Amino acid sequence: MNRDLISSPHLRVQPNVRGVMLRVLAALLPGIAVFTGLFGPGVLLNLLWCIAAAVLTEITVMALRGRDWRVIVDGSAVLTGALLALALPPDAPWWLPVLGGFFAVSLGKQVYGGIGFNPFNPAMVGYVVLLISFPVAMTAWPSPNLGWATDAVSQATALDHARTALTQGRTLTEVFADPGFESASVRGWLWVSLAYLVGGLFLLQQRTIRWQIPLGVLLGMGLMALIFWGIDSDRYASPLFHWTSGAAMLGAFFIATDPVSASTTPRGRLIFGLGVGVLTWIIRSWGGYPDGFAFAVLLMNILAPTIDRYTPTRVYGTGRRMERP
Amino acid sequence: MIAEAPIRLYGFHGGLHLDDRKSLATGQPIGEVPLPDALILPLSQHIGGAAKPRVKVGDVVRRGQTVADPQGVVSSPVHAPTSGRIVAIEPRRVPHPSGLKADCVVLEPDGLDQWLDAPEWTPLPDFTAASGEQIRVIARAAGIVGLGGAAFPSAIKLNPGRVVDTLIINGAECEPYISCDQMLMTEQADEIVLGIRVVLHALGAPRCLIGVEDNKPAAIRALSRACEKDAHIHVVVVPTRYPQGGEKQLIQTLAGLEVPSEGLPLDLGIVCHNPGTVRAVGRAVCLGEPLIERIITVTGEAVAQPRNFRVRLGTPMRHLVEQAGGLKGTPGRLLMGGPMMGFALPNLDVPVIKATNCVLALAPETIRATPEAQPCIRCGECVTVCPSRLLPQQLYWHARAREFEAAENLNLFDCIECGCCAIVCPSHIPLVQYYRFAKTEIHAAEAEKREADAARLRHEARLARIEREERAKEEARARKKAALAAAKSGAPTPPPDAAPAKPAAAPATAPTGDDDPVAIAMARAQARRSANNAVPAPASVETEPTAAETNPPTPADDDPVARAIAAAKARKAAKEAAAPTPSEAPQAPAEDDPVAKAIAAAKARKAAKAAATEIPPDAPATESDAEDPVAKAIAAAKARKAARDTAADNRE
Ligand code: SF4
Ligand code: SF4
Repeated sequence: MNRDLISSPHLRVQPNVRGVMLRVLAALLPGIAVFTGLFGPGVLLNLLWCIAAAVLTEITVMALRGRDWRVIVDGSAVLTGALLALALPPDAPWWLPVLGGFFAVSLGKQVYGGIGFNPFNPAMVGYVVLLISFPVAMTAWPSPNLGWATDAVSQATALDHARTALTQGRTLTEVFADPGFESASVRGWLWVSLAYLVGGLFLLQQRTIRWQIPLGVLLGMGLMALIFWGIDSDRYASPLFHWTSGAAMLGAFFIATDPVSASTTPRGRLIFGLGVGVLTWIIRSWGGYPDGFAFAVLLMNILAPTIDRYTPTRVYGTGRRMERP
Repeated sequence: MIAEAPIRLYGFHGGLHLDDRKSLATGQPIGEVPLPDALILPLSQHIGGAAKPRVKVGDVVRRGQTVADPQGVVSSPVHAPTSGRIVAIEPRRVPHPSGLKADCVVLEPDGLDQWLDAPEWTPLPDFTAASGEQIRVIARAAGIVGLGGAAFPSAIKLNPGRVVDTLIINGAECEPYISCDQMLMTEQADEIVLGIRVVLHALGAPRCLIGVEDNKPAAIRALSRACEKDAHIHVVVVPTRYPQGGEKQLIQTLAGLEVPSEGLPLDLGIVCHNPGTVRAVGRAVCLGEPLIERIITVTGEAVAQPRNFRVRLGTPMRHLVEQAGGLKGTPGRLLMGGPMMGFALPNLDVPVIKATNCVLALAPETIRATPEAQPCIRCGECVTVCPSRLLPQQLYWHARAREFEAAENLNLFDCIECGCCAIVCPSHIPLVQYYRFAKTEIHAAEAEKREADAARLRHEARLARIEREERAKEEARARKKAALAAAKSGAPTPPPDAAPAKPAAAPATAPTGDDDPVAIAMARAQARRSANNAVPAPASVETEPTAAETNPPTPADDDPVARAIAAAKARKAAKEAAAPTPSEAPQAPAEDDPVAKAIAAAKARKAAKAAATEIPPDAPATESDAEDPVAKAIAAAKARKAARDTAADNRE
C-alpha cells in the first residue's frame, strides 16, 4: 500500500465537479424555460446542437490526446455548450451552434490542456469567434413572442435597437416611446432576466457560486449606467435597462462565474466582477457591438491572474498587530 | 439552563460543518479495560527527544514507577502503568505516520497492579501552598504531555516565563467521531476544574476560559456546575464548527485575537491546555499520580460496539478494539486520531500512547477513495473554507510544481493541515498531502544545508587546529633549540610558554571520562560561552587561530571549537527562522533565580535548566557522549518549530 496516498483527511469528499456542473445546469432551467417560451423552439434546437457539438469535440480531442475521454462525465462540456446556446439568436441556422460548440471546446478549452487549464471562458470564446466570423447571423434575433411563429421576422434586440436609434440621432426617450418597443422587446428580456436571476440566487443559496462576481458585475454595470443616465438620460439607458437586457443576468450569474477563468481570491472576484460590469457597459454604450458581455469577460480573463496576484488573502496571524500591549 | 459566561464570542474564518458521529461512542459511560498480556511503552510518546530507559530487562517494577527518564527539556519520562516485569527493551512498531519502529520498553503485568509504596514525589494536596516551580517539576516528573493529540510536554507550557492572563481549556473537540474529552468533561468535571486551579496557580494567571462546542450539552452542564463558585473559571459555549478545536481557531473565537504567524499563544498572554491534560496535572500534584492512563475513543462504523475507555498506556490497540466488540468486517481504514487529521495505522498491534485520543476504524464506504483527483477547476472553495486564510489552491500549484519558495511566500507553514480545503475540493485533490510533501521537502533541504554548513565549519576548524598544532610544535622546537643554545651559553632557562601548557592542563578542568557530571556541565557552559564569543567571527577560523585559542582546551579527540562554531551557526540559523530563541545561559547550573521576573532572566533560567536537566543529579553519569552542541541547537530549534507548527497541542 502506498502510504503517501493515505494522507488526511480521510473522510469521503462529497462535492465533485460533475455535481457542480449539474447544479449549474439545473439552475439554468427556469431561464431556458422562459427564453424558449418567448423566443420559440429555436432555443432548444440551439441547445441541442451546441451541447452535441461541444461534447463530441471534447470526446474527440480527448481521444486524440490519448486521454480517457470518459471524464466527459464531469459535465463541463455540456455546460459550456448550454451557456453558448443561450447566448445565440434562437433562429440561427443549425451550423452556427454547431460551429460555436466546436470552437468553444477546441479553441476555448482543449488547446490549453482541457478542464482547469483554460485561461478564457470557453463559451465566450465560441461566442466571440462566431460573432466576428458571422456578424449578421449572430445579430439577427426574432422578437419575443413571435419566435413561435414559423415565419417570424428577425429584428434587432432592444440593445441593438437602442444603439441603432442613437446613431440615427434619435434620443432614447423617443426610442422607448416607440410603439411596441416596450412590450415586445424590453418586457420579454425582463422576464428572461428574472428567470436567470432566480437560477442565480439558487446557485448562491447552494453555495455553488459566491456572491462577489455576480454582485461585482451588476454593480459595475449599474453604477456606470446610473452615473451616465443621471448626466444624460437621452443618450444613456437606465441601470434597470442594462440589467435586464441582453446577457446581463445570464452573464453575471452563470458566465462570469466560471471558476476556471475568473479570479479566485475573494477580493479578486469582486474586482473581476466589477471589471466585467464596467467593460460591458462601456462596450454597449461606446463600442462597436450591441452587447459587450463576451468581450468584457474575455478581457477580464486576461487580467484574472494579475488580479489574483495582487489580491492575496490576509493570512491568519499576519499583517495585523496582534501582540497584547 | 446553561449559565452563559459573560464572554464575547468572536468566531474564526472559514471552517466547515461536519457530520457529527460522536453519538456512536457516547451511549455508554467510560469503560474500563482489563490489563493485556503485555504493555508496550514507546520511549517517545511526545514531541521532542525520546526518554532513556532506567530499567533493564528482567527488572520488576511497580505501578507508577519511572521506567525511562527524559532527555533534554522537550522530553518526558515514561512510567510503568501497572506492576510487573520488564521483558524486553527493543524496537517495536509504534503508532507514527512514518510507520517505522521505535524503541519500546515491554512490560509484562503481574496482575497485582501494585502501586509504588510511595509516589516518586511528594503529593501536594494543598497546591496553593506550592510554588509554581514545584508544580512544574511535578508535571515534568509525572510525564504529562498534551493529551489533545500533539503531545507536547506540558511542563514547558506551565513555565512560560511570561505574563499569562488567560488560560484556555480546549474542550471544543471538533473532530467528528472523537468523544474522549466530551466524556471526560461530563464524568470528571470536578477533577478537571481542580486541575485548572492547579494550572492557574502555577501560571499565576487570573482567569480561565473553558471553550466547549455547543454539541456537548452534558459536558457544558457538568463543567458549569463544577466551576460554579469559582469566579476565575468560565465555561464558554462555542459554535460547533470544524476546526474549532484548533488552538489558533479557539483563541480567535474566545479572544478575538490571532496568534502571530510563527508565534505562540503566549505572545498574546494565553496558554492553552486540553481538559485531560489539566486533569492529569491536578492528579499528579494532588495525588502523586504519574500519567499512566488516558481516555480513548474506540469508534467508527467498522467497530462493533464503539465506546470510550479508560486505558493504560501501552495497551495494544487490538486488545482495546476487542473490548469494543471487535471489528465488523474489514475496515476501510484504521486510524489513530480523527478522520480529518488522524493518520493511518498499519495494523492494530501498535500500542496506545499518550497522544492516542481515538482509535478509529472507518467503514470502506465512508473513506476517501484515493486516486481520483481531477484537475483543479479554480473554484476557490478551498479558499473559502481555509481557517488560516491561505490560498490553498495556489499553494497546491506551487507545491506540485516544486516551487517551494513560492509556497513558503504564500505562508505554507501557516497551514494547520486541518483538511478543510481537501474536503470541499470538488476535484478531490489531496491538497493536504501536497502541503505535507512541500513542508517535508523544505525541512529536508534546510537540514541538509545545516548539516553541510556544520560539516564545512568542522572541516575548516580541523584544518586550523592542525595548522595551530604544527605551529605550536614548531615553536616548541624553536624554544627547545633556543633553550639548548641558552643552556649552552649558560643563560637562565626561559619560563615555559603558556600555549603549550594549556593542552596539558586540559584533562584537569574538563574531564573526558564519565565520572563528574558537574564538571561536564561546567565545561559545556564554558564551551557555549565561547561559542557566543565566536559568533561574530565564524569565518575567520582559518586565518585567525587566536580566536580559537580563547576557547577551552581540546579534550581528547573532540574539537569543541568546531562544535561551538557550528553551534553558533546553527543557533543563528534558528534565530533567522524567526524563533524566539532562548538565549543560552552563560553561567552554568544556577538553577534558581527568584528575582528573575524579566523575560530575559526567565529565558536564561530555562536554558540553565536545560543544561542542568541533561544531567539529572540522580542519573548515572554516563553521558559524556551525549553532548553535541550542533545537535542540541538543531533539536532545540526543531522543538521550537514543532511547538509552533503544532500550535495545536489541544486539537484532536
Ligand atoms: S489544510 Fe491548510 S490550506 Fe487546507 S484549509 Fe486547512 S489550513 Fe487551509
Ligand atoms: S477546491 Fe479544489 S478545485 Fe477548487 S480551487 Fe481549490 S483545489 Fe481547485
